Amino acid sequence: MRPFNYSKAGDPATAVNLVSANPGAKFLGGGTNLVDLMKEDVMHPSELVDITRLKHADIEKTATGVAIGATATNALTANHELIRKNYPLLSMAILAGASVQIRNMATNGGNLNQRTRCTYFYDVNMPCNKREPGSGCGALKGINRNHAIFGWSEKCVAVYPSDMAVALAALDAVVHVEGKNNAKRTIEFADFHRLPGDTPEKDNNLKQGELITSIELPTNDFAERSYYLKIRERSSYAFALVSVAAALSLEGNQIKQVRIALGGVAHKPWRASVAEKWLTGKEATEANFRAAAEAELKNARPLEHNKFKVAMAKKAITRALQGAMQGGVYGLEG
Amino acid sequence: MEDQPKFPDLTDEERKVLEDLMPDELPEIITSGLKRRHFLKLITFTGTGLLAAQFLGIEQLMARTTTGAPPPPIALENGVNVALKINGRAQNLLVDSRMTLLDALRERLALTGSKKGCDHGQCGACTVLIDGRRVLSCLTLAATCEDRVVTTIEGLAEGDTLHPMQAAFIKHDGFQCGYCTPGQICSAVALMSEAKNGEASYVTRNVRQAGKPVKLSDEEIRERMSGNICRCGAYPNIVDAIREVHGDKAVAQVWQFADGTI
Ligand SMILES: Cc1cc2nc3c(=O)[nH]c(=O)nc-3n(C[C@H](O)[C@H](O)[C@H](O)COP(=O)(O)OP(=O)(O)OC[C@H]3O[C@@H](n4cnc5c(N)ncnc54)[C@H](O)[C@@H]3O)c2cc1C
Ligand code: SF4
Ligand code: FES
Ligand code: FES
Repeated sequence: MRPFNYSKAGDPATAVNLVSANPGAKFLGGGTNLVDLMKEDVMHPSELVDITRLKHADIEKTATGVAIGATATNALTANHELIRKNYPLLSMAILAGASVQIRNMATNGGNLNQRTRCTYFYDVNMPCNKREPGSGCGALKGINRNHAIFGWSEKCVAVYPSDMAVALAALDAVVHVEGKNNAKRTIEFADFHRLPGDTPEKDNNLKQGELITSIELPTNDFAERSYYLKIRERSSYAFALVSVAAALSLEGNQIKQVRIALGGVAHKPWRASVAEKWLTGKEATEANFRAAAEAELKNARPLEHNKFKVAMAKKAITRALQGAMQGGVYGLEG
Repeated sequence: MEDQPKFPDLTDEERKVLEDLMPDELPEIITSGLKRRHFLKLITFTGTGLLAAQFLGIEQLMARTTTGAPPPPIALENGVNVALKINGRAQNLLVDSRMTLLDALRERLALTGSKKGCDHGQCGACTVLIDGRRVLSCLTLAATCEDRVVTTIEGLAEGDTLHPMQAAFIKHDGFQCGYCTPGQICSAVALMSEAKNGEASYVTRNVRQAGKPVKLSDEEIRERMSGNICRCGAYPNIVDAIREVHGDKAVAQVWQFADGTI
């Protein structure tokens, strides 16, 4: 690891000022992603500002929903009563990720900022536009089994690995950030992460020094019918090949509202808006779920080695919607 | 276990040097120990040549721990002072900002029970408890551990009496080579309190039903222990050991000595 200066921030303004003043500085949350990438020399910040002691760890009711502190751990968030009862989709998604040890360390702010697991990105001897702009994309014509089927560019075909973020995308979360001179702003979740375009080095729209302070979840009536389905190469402690966050509200058997977001398929959580539009107002039947999934995946652009993801995503969407219909109980029947 | 004093007393020589260089800070150093800002100031003096002959003494003071771990021999760029508690003992360490908690435990404190399997968060061999929760010491920077309470495998037994989880691992043969075992046991110990608190996992039947404590099925135990990889594949026996500690019923032991005793 290269040398870096370490400090603990006592208040958000200090943290923001330090990181804004030094382009080489980074906030340090649980360190589960950043420390790993520093060991691999993929990232080499000259300064780390530890934000885990900031008082941003609460999870509380607001006028319009629930606010989740950015430095609350993933474990605490998934297990908080407000989240389990009102946003079980988020609990399920968080619990589908990593291991208990990692979730005990990982912060919510850090989770949103975790970087891709593209193996070319991790290997400093390989070309990678995300790690080193202009060096080329090793995966585009390389081994791209785990890569994107939606929204990629010639510059980068990586997928964004977070499970938590897939649920946040489905739940229309809002990210609260604080910048220099106490400049606060909010970012709609759909606008938080980016597609790679010509600037894959930018994962999201945060500016240097901007600190995530909380994530807000608007009130919804999905609690009784939501499901997070994760498909991976071993049954636990592995990143998703494809994952689906699905949530429904019904009037009789007619779909009043539906939210579907996919993980493992794009550079950001992929809102399946085609499928959502297709389903709204229709009967909640398996045939309709299937047809909606077909419609969504029509637009997929798989790469050389990941064509399987198209069929997998179709099935996964259908299964996740069925899981939601079965009340979000783990272990799908039928 | 008896607490060590948090910070060492100063020798006369050390006191004199600090008095000369940092008269304003001396009382604070005596009451609460050498902090990062003092250290940085001292480093500045070193840079300007002011410290010269006394430097070695200061270095040793800054590096000194209450339990006599050897001080680092040279001045540290980006050194961080950390006061924390490990297995019931107060420790005061000067670490390189890059040092992980795992390396601090193994290389500085000779607590080699925690193992380095992958060093990248992928195996769980380095699992320790911080403030009672299981974490990976290979991805935890030692510098972040100020005021934390750390428990390693060495801190689980009470004298000669093994922790029930340690005893159960022996009874059920929950290991072969033993490399993953300290991490497995620390993880399993934390799992017991998570279950007591009613925490959920991905395979929990209905996360909306929060209640405590939860009764762990084998599937639950496997999912919750998935952060600890065992290359010897001792998994079934590990699950048995955990079931026994978790439940009230004894689980049958799977092995016996050649003479038929257990
Ligand atoms: C072996 C392994 C398996 C994993 N498996 C999964 C998985 O299956 N699913 C999954 O979703 N994740 C998985 N993860 C990733 C894990 O969830 C992330 O590493 C974690 O969420 C990152 O959080 P952190 O607090 O540790 O972030 P850090 O590593 O501390 O920081 C990550 C980035 O976020 C920035 N940052 C942190 N907090 C803030 C803030 N408040 N404002 C602005 N920027 C901030 C940091 O500067 C840094 O750039 C896995 C990780 C490992 C090591
Ligand atoms: S897919 Fe993106 S992250 Fe992977 S090598 Fe190409 S540019 Fe790098
Ligand atoms: S050594 Fe820490 S997880 Fe493998
Ligand atoms: S006992 Fe050998 S790795 Fe688990």
